[in-house]
Amino acid sequence: MSAALHVAGLTKVYGNGKKALAGLELEVPTGSFFALLGPNGAGKSTLINILADTVREGGGEARLFGRDLFAERLWSKRQMGVVPQEVAFDPFFSARELLHTACGYHGLRPDRAWIDELLERLGLAEHADKNTRQLSGGMRRRLLVAQALVHRPPLVILDEPTAGVDVELRRRLWQFMREINTHGTTILLTTHYLEEAEELCDRVAIIDRGRAIAAAPMRELLGELGNTQIRLSYAQPPGSALLADPLLAPFNPRLGEGGQLMLDYARQTGGFDGAYQAARTLFGAPQSLEMVSERLEDVFVRLTEKCEGQG
Amino acid sequence: MNIPLLSNPRGLWTLFVREMHRFMKVKMQTLVAPVLTATLYLLIFRYAIGNRTVPGVGVDVVAFLIPGLVMMTMLQNAFANTSSSIITGKVMHVHIYLLMAPLTALEVVLAFLAAALVRALLVGLVLLLALIPFAGLSMPPHPWLILYYGVCGSLILAALGFVGGMWADKFDDMALINNFVILPLTLLSGVFFSSSQLPSLWQTINGYNPFFYLIDGFRYGFLGAGDTDPMQGIVATGLAALASALLCWRLWAMGWNMKE
Repeated sequence: MSAALHVAGLTKVYGNGKKALAGLELEVPTGSFFALLGPNGAGKSTLINILADTVREGGGEARLFGRDLFAERLWSKRQMGVVPQEVAFDPFFSARELLHTACGYHGLRPDRAWIDELLERLGLAEHADKNTRQLSGGMRRRLLVAQALVHRPPLVILDEPTAGVDVELRRRLWQFMREINTHGTTILLTTHYLEEAEELCDRVAIIDRGRAIAAAPMRELLGELGNTQIRLSYAQPPGSALLADPLLAPFNPRLGEGGQLMLDYARQTGGFDGAYQAARTLFGAPQSLEMVSERLEDVFVRLTEKCEGQG
Repeated sequence: MNIPLLSNPRGLWTLFVREMHRFMKVKMQTLVAPVLTATLYLLIFRYAIGNRTVPGVGVDVVAFLIPGLVMMTMLQNAFANTSSSIITGKVMHVHIYLLMAPLTALEVVLAFLAAALVRALLVGLVLLLALIPFAGLSMPPHPWLILYYGVCGSLILAALGFVGGMWADKFDDMALINNFVILPLTLLSGVFFSSSQLPSLWQTINGYNPFFYLIDGFRYGFLGAGDTDPMQGIVATGLAALASALLCWRLWAMGWNMKE
């Protein structure tokens, strides 16, 4: 099966000279719930805007379900539903009118049952006939999601869809997105809520300075690049001089609160034995041992900091 | 890249309806206000000038003013419809929905120009009905000239508004075009006077004002008299309407000043 989205060598330099994409490579498998992460200015929104045709591409290739996105723009636009980062609406229309218009733009008769379902599932049913100016920030953002889904696109692109949405409604939104994904819709999500990405997405790519610096299934990324930390407690906290011992050097030794000895090892190297033995050799058997796995956020911070260091 | 000219008739219709809906939602501003303004112009000039015959044309001043006011109002409204829609969209960042829609450039341009034309014709018709009591009701000698110049003039101004909206980045830019280009050209185009009343230098300058021919041709349709022979301007007016629509199409297809 072709990838939902395949991007190769995509570049973009803005008129002010800012290089937003520097040969981006990315593959979003069909049916995946894909997290596209990166610090501010990494190029996430530029990529989305290029795909949505609101920003011109510099160079490179993009294929949507195997077809050339740039050569088949009209077809591609029908396959995508894009939730832009900025919340903006035509001030003349109600929520329902906007959804009818969005259907029409895609060449479809308004599917009233689907529109009602979208409004209901996104908590907008009561506000359907209100002018968009009367909606709160969170409602507007959910209306953007409804607008992107109204033509039932096989690829949904969500650029920071939950900023400003309260916890309960956010949960309902994600539940709905999961259902849609289960029924075969590919979802590409950018978010700064990394715990959301970790919980929802089965694949992840991290981009920085217009390039992908990591891309893998979520579990693999956390497994391969995520460190595990062991925290060892002793009756007598280890002296800081011993932390410089070459035996501990590979494990980034440091003291935590209460004098806990903290050591990191990479999960992929299976380095637990090495770390534990080194500590035991120097300090004896610990009173207690705790293992803490790195979350996506830790991996993200480490990878992007490393990238910054290289830049 | 092979992009068809028309691929989404429902999309085109939706955009047209949306544009119509947009100006109908604020009809006090888009329909009633222009009619009131033009009626006030007529009253003021009627009582300021008195019952006179316009030199060079040989018709009563009220009969002379009415077609000019109607055409001027139509032109200004056609321009306002497209320009305000596009610049408002850009400033409020809602233009992206239009860029993201699977519509060809031709479909976008046709929908915008058609909606602007409908607004112009609607405003023109309402204004005409409002002004009939001042001049009486009689069958114009060349109704097809009225229709031709009315439609072509509105299309030209709608297209200029479309391009102006694309060019402008803020409302101030739009006000610049409106106040320093459109307003002087329409006011100085012979709405309130016959060209023959002007000094020869101004007559020459007026000869370069394209709006002068639009208004004169339109007026000729009502009165059977004007400053120029309306048949001379027919081909140029039609070509100008076509060329301005093609310009809109080309610029939209390029994404000129709409996409970074």
